[in-house]
Amino acid sequence: MTKLLSDFVAGESGKIKAVTGEGRIRRRLFDMGVTPGAELVMRKKAPLGDPMEITLRGYELTLRKAEAACVEVEQ
Amino acid sequence: MKMKTFALIGNPNCGKTTLFNALTGSTAHVGNWPGVTVDKREGVCKKGSEHINIVDLPGIYSLSPYTPEEVISRNYILDEHPYGVINIVDATNLERNLYLTTQLLEMDVPVIVALNMMDEVEKAGDKIDAKAIEKTLGVPVVPVSAIKGTGIKELVLRAAALPRERKGETVLESALGAKIDGAKKYFETEEVSSPLFHAIKLLENDELELGRKGARETLEKLADGDDFEAVIADERYKYISKNLSAAKTKSAKQKLTKSDKIDRVLTHRVFAIPIFIVILFAVFHITFSEDFLYIGAWASLGKGLPALDDLNISDGMKTFVGIFYDGAVFSPGVILFNVFDTLFGAITDAVGGAIGAEWLAGLVADGILGGLFAVLGFLPQILMLFMWFSILEDSGYMARIAFVLDRIFRRFGLSGRSFMPMIMGFGCSVPAMVNTRTLADENERVATVRVIPFFSCGAKLPILTAIAGGIVQHFGVGNADLITYSMYLLGIVAAVASVLIMRNTTMKGEVPPFIMELPAYHWPRFKNLMLHLWDKTKHFVKKAFTIIFASTVIIWLFSHLSPSWRYLDDSRMNESILAQLGMFIQPLFTPLGFGSQIGKFGWVFAVAAVTGLVAKENVIATFGTLGACLIAMGANVGGVTQDVLLADEEGITSAVAMMQATGITIPALISFIAFNMTTIPCFAACATARAELPKGKFLWTVLFWVAASYTVGAAVYTIGSWWWTAFIWLAVVAVVITLIVLFNKGKLKIRKTKKRSEAVA
Repeated sequence: MTKLLSDFVAGESGKIKAVTGEGRIRRRLFDMGVTPGAELVMRKKAPLGDPMEITLRGYELTLRKAEAACVEVEQ
Repeated sequence: MKMKTFALIGNPNCGKTTLFNALTGSTAHVGNWPGVTVDKREGVCKKGSEHINIVDLPGIYSLSPYTPEEVISRNYILDEHPYGVINIVDATNLERNLYLTTQLLEMDVPVIVALNMMDEVEKAGDKIDAKAIEKTLGVPVVPVSAIKGTGIKELVLRAAALPRERKGETVLESALGAKIDGAKKYFETEEVSSPLFHAIKLLENDELELGRKGARETLEKLADGDDFEAVIADERYKYISKNLSAAKTKSAKQKLTKSDKIDRVLTHRVFAIPIFIVILFAVFHITFSEDFLYIGAWASLGKGLPALDDLNISDGMKTFVGIFYDGAVFSPGVILFNVFDTLFGAITDAVGGAIGAEWLAGLVADGILGGLFAVLGFLPQILMLFMWFSILEDSGYMARIAFVLDRIFRRFGLSGRSFMPMIMGFGCSVPAMVNTRTLADENERVATVRVIPFFSCGAKLPILTAIAGGIVQHFGVGNADLITYSMYLLGIVAAVASVLIMRNTTMKGEVPPFIMELPAYHWPRFKNLMLHLWDKTKHFVKKAFTIIFASTVIIWLFSHLSPSWRYLDDSRMNESILAQLGMFIQPLFTPLGFGSQIGKFGWVFAVAAVTGLVAKENVIATFGTLGACLIAMGANVGGVTQDVLLADEEGITSAVAMMQATGITIPALISFIAFNMTTIPCFAACATARAELPKGKFLWTVLFWVAASYTVGAAVYTIGSWWWTAFIWLAVVAVVITLIVLFNKGKLKIRKTKKRSEAVA
């Protein structure tokens, strides 16, 4: 099942299927290791609901819901 | 023989600063990369058989063209041709760190990898085979611990022994080979160095490469509609996991690390924000409070502690005790401030007394030393504030604060990162502005620097205390604390409104992305902290002795010379060039309530505002001086005498004297406070803003400050004087908002939302 990372709740995990979006944001996601095939775990949301924290490639990354909506994840 | 130069490059938070310090020791010096406000640090390493020069490149994740840090590093290696590159890699996070390494290997430059934090890997029970990585990458790999200083000698020896030439090699799969070769041919005919690197960047749709003549056509021919960007990034990571998983053995047990446990508390859903508020409060309390731990306040519930003057001790003892205590115990920050203040006071007195001629003594003691010490006097507290924020930054907590608060700041077109510089502004604008370097987005940085002075700093508090106190005493109405509090609030409102207006007019554009690493928590390194503070001190002192120094001397000369260049002592300041200027510009302040309508002594407010440009505490100091002038000029100051003025430490009496002489109204006084809070900050802050802002933005920023303070002051005065003008202001605000919205809508281009997605099979 494919789901957008922005729809994840804490504790869910999966494998990245595709990264959409444009130019700068997409590039930045790639550079931070958010590439197709990478496995990630959604750790938690910030106290105010956004941004979120994920674990991927052995480190913690934070991104906003809007940016997480560019990441399609296979569960 | 010329020293070999090595570039030090690596991810943020990988221990690069620690390694740089370990390599170069005390030889390091800090400069700026041309055109941008990114620190450039250089030093000489004397640990090996020969001395080598080390250039510290900014911490980056990739060689993409989007941030100034990435462009600097990339251009440095490509254009400056260092002898070699030392790539520092965090062994606890190999996968992401090696991503940058795979890009470096594509350049025609010798590379050596420093595998840092090996001790932590071992502590976690994991193992990494450095030899295996060396074999895979084809360049030397040296395990080091920057913190413990192990492996550094070997690193230096092997770096110096690197062969001079190395051709770039790629780790990308041969499936892309034909495309890469095609792009490489193009760059070879263009005769650029490192053609392989450029070729691969072009295939990644790199903006800098696409800018070359004919590059776009080359790419279009090769790509044939394909998008290589994701493929290349993916291939790099695939290569890393395939080849390096063999080199790394993970221990079987997976447990929560200490960092995870700390994080659970600090970013807790309910407690995160309260904890943050407590930490922030503690930082300010330790640095600025004159009632440390509220010992004085607690004591006053009972009998109370005696004031300094009531202590039965000698005057010399009083000076000494006064550094630490006056009815309450001072916080460490205030004690430090007092130490320097007492010292500076003694120097000024000694120098002033030693010089015979009155005018020269005045110039040296009050003008030069006074101005210099006014700025340097704040250095201890500025540094202390710097220290706390460096500790928060180095420990990894600052990134969490940005994480927690981002939601709020996004509404204003900023990110959670801009919160810290703004809040630091309540202490002092100088460290606050320097701290905007942590903001990646240029628009965000400019907007933040501009509104920082609105967060009323420590030096503006005396203006509030004196005038609010004066209002209560003179008019017998109101509550001084309430006035002070609402003025702070007014500053925040002005900041928020300004950011919103800027983001909708001159700084339109997308909200900067917020894709950030949350580094593991760790204890800050004492040595790094001290070196950092030493850098800041040097920087600030240099400024104090140049631009700030020159400005203070000019202001002093203007206030002590008559238009016919005759020396005037303090009591005749009203005849000075500055006073003439004040009288000349007085009408300008009429809409703000302290202009022409307050009569022939009204220029004192204009002059006080001008001297406030040097340092904001000058505003009230000038009140004292001018109060004395008013008495000498025979103004009706309500029975205040010279002696009373001299004994007036908080400036309330001088404020009252000026109110009496000019007949100024309450709204005009509030407007005067508001004006001083939002106008051009002190010279030290201006000098910092000029250094931190991109080229050409400083002048606009000064204009912005003038416009903002004029508007805020005028609004406060008119609404305070005639309540119904509130409706006019509201109407103006409504019209402005409507115009901005209409303008933006009319010009709004429908952005092409071409979605590029691809599924990797």
